[in-house]
Amino acid sequence: MGERKKPTLAVFKFASCDGCQLSLLDCEDELLAVAAEVEIANFLEASRAVAKGPYDLTLVEGSITTPHDAERIHQIRRVSKTLVAIGACATAGGVQALRNTGDVSDFAKIVYASPQYIETLGKSTPIVDHVFVDFELRGCPVRKEQLVGLLGAWLNGRALEVSSASVCLECKRRGTPCVMVAAGTPCLGPVTHAGCGALCPSFRRGCYGCFGPMESPNTASLAAVWTSLGATGPDLVRAFRSFNAGAEPFRRESEVHEQR
Amino acid sequence: MSSVREPGRKTRSLRVEALARVEGEGGLSIKIRDGKVTEALLRIFEPPRFFEAFLRGRQYTEAPDLTARICGICPVAYQMSAVHAMEAACGQGVPPEIRSLRRLLYCGEWIESHVLHVAMLHAPDFLGYESALHMARDHPEVVTKSLALKKAGNAIVTRVGGREIHPVNVRVGGFYRAPSKAELAPLVPALQEGRGHAQELLDLVAGFTFPDFEADTEFVALRHPTDYPLNEGRIVSSRGLDIPVSDYESHFAEEHVRHSNALHSRLKGRGHYFVGPLARYSLNFDRLPGSIQDAARKAGLGPVCRNPFRSIVVRMVETLWAIDEALRILASYEPPEPSSVPVPPRAATGSACTEAPRGILYHRYRIAADGTIEDARIVPPTSQNLATIEDDLKAFVAKRLDLPSEALGWQCEQAVRNYDPCISCATHFLTVTVDRD
Repeated sequence: MGERKKPTLAVFKFASCDGCQLSLLDCEDELLAVAAEVEIANFLEASRAVAKGPYDLTLVEGSITTPHDAERIHQIRRVSKTLVAIGACATAGGVQALRNTGDVSDFAKIVYASPQYIETLGKSTPIVDHVFVDFELRGCPVRKEQLVGLLGAWLNGRALEVSSASVCLECKRRGTPCVMVAAGTPCLGPVTHAGCGALCPSFRRGCYGCFGPMESPNTASLAAVWTSLGATGPDLVRAFRSFNAGAEPFRRESEVHEQR
Repeated sequence: MSSVREPGRKTRSLRVEALARVEGEGGLSIKIRDGKVTEALLRIFEPPRFFEAFLRGRQYTEAPDLTARICGICPVAYQMSAVHAMEAACGQGVPPEIRSLRRLLYCGEWIESHVLHVAMLHAPDFLGYESALHMARDHPEVVTKSLALKKAGNAIVTRVGGREIHPVNVRVGGFYRAPSKAELAPLVPALQEGRGHAQELLDLVAGFTFPDFEADTEFVALRHPTDYPLNEGRIVSSRGLDIPVSDYESHFAEEHVRHSNALHSRLKGRGHYFVGPLARYSLNFDRLPGSIQDAARKAGLGPVCRNPFRSIVVRMVETLWAIDEALRILASYEPPEPSSVPVPPRAATGSACTEAPRGILYHRYRIAADGTIEDARIVPPTSQNLATIEDDLKAFVAKRLDLPSEALGWQCEQAVRNYDPCISCATHFLTVTVDRD
């Protein structure tokens, strides 16, 4: 009996910290099992063996920030059957989207001695702004259990279920007392996409929104609660403007408080 | 970089388009002219991300979480340098119990990062594999045990910090919540088992064949009065530098080097230098406990190691040390109460250096009376090493000119991987020219 041809997996990186693709190597218990089921055709962080496309599944980490990368993502899309954007950079522009509200040439002057050598775009944008994306995994970083779940679902041809609820639901599920109600700690949990397992509240800390906005978040109502807890306008601007600053509901809410 | 043919001269250009098994994206170009290496260039593709710029206007309490995102491989290092710099600015120290818990967290990152590099990125070079996954087919035990060991390191970061990448529990002044003894208890058996794996891995890498290559670079590392350095100490060098961290910028400068369009760190008036495991080990051998010194000697190391290829052995010695240090801290662990101390802001400048797995990581912040960050400077280890990596490559290639290009290319890739360069880290300071045909 001939060996079944294994599906090919590729991992590509754009502007990012490497953390989301590292999550794959952090799946210590599953890594070898996954590697046995797929042909890793392009994963530079892990292997120097590179096979040409087309790829059955492509994971893309990072945001688009240079003219060159804006071209490169199209080439990658062309050789990818299924393309999944992983992490806050790839799904919302990431922390580097903090440039989007300023003038990038001023930013370049602050950091670099010779800003004229810097080739960069004025905005950091998610993958979906450039090409069709089949699926998005949120988080800064993505949760490795979700990554393994994604690979398992893909290998077995079933749909991946990812909750579109808020972090609040995860707090309730693990029995964490509400930090906002019990301790008056401002928390972004009510408007933030579930997926992390409600980590921050379990450390008695308010959620800081690293999984980005949930579906239809009521950010204005949450901002009013924050204000009643003593948060100022600038506090709210900063809270909505962090690792998912480029995500539309967070961007809008931050601008509301900037104007006040 | 393109090769220019000049009449009567023989030019040979070597180019590794995309370096594999490094953190971040970079390439390598080497130019050989008339039998001499004229240029060795690490090209960086990583786009700039402007951290120092957007830190301006943020609150001093946000620096640990924001700067963690510079690097997914060593986020704890960024968090540690950030909190210590802010505490220095505000004139507030932390109690010994919080110091210990920070050391424990950092040990977790050292174990995770070192084992990732040793087993997943570096060892395949010595054993002739394209990757650890290829290596796993012939050496399944090495890979599975390494993964278990890496997991034990990650478990520390997860139990103390909440998750292995971009932990959520670190704050200026300490931790949001101190983990209970029961939460940390499962780390002990995992580390005890991991210690056996680490010793086996050390034995394995000590037996590799190392090219005969030594570099006479100035080593720079932290040095602490009693401990192997993690979060504190003076900055010392193998040529007599001995300064407090607050003097960093009077002794170190970043210069614009024309041939590479990159900023390279230099010791003012002295030139290139080198940070990371080799430097740290060689400057702090006497700070290692006797049992670790013995393990190093058995692995063929002296108190000083100058062969970058042997850095894989030094990383494993440091891993053993980090396991023992973590077990020592865990043995007497009591949750710090309170889990953090108040650190009220004041108008001031503060700096800190900590030992990231790849070497010293410098942060300096100027903050206003209300805690707003006015200015930030971050110098990661890889940026400090780039010039030395290029120097070493030139010297390394010069002795291997007779090799066919493909073999020479792979050896050069290996030589780069010796330094475990983290290009994600280096990039936010680099002047980048994307050079791709």
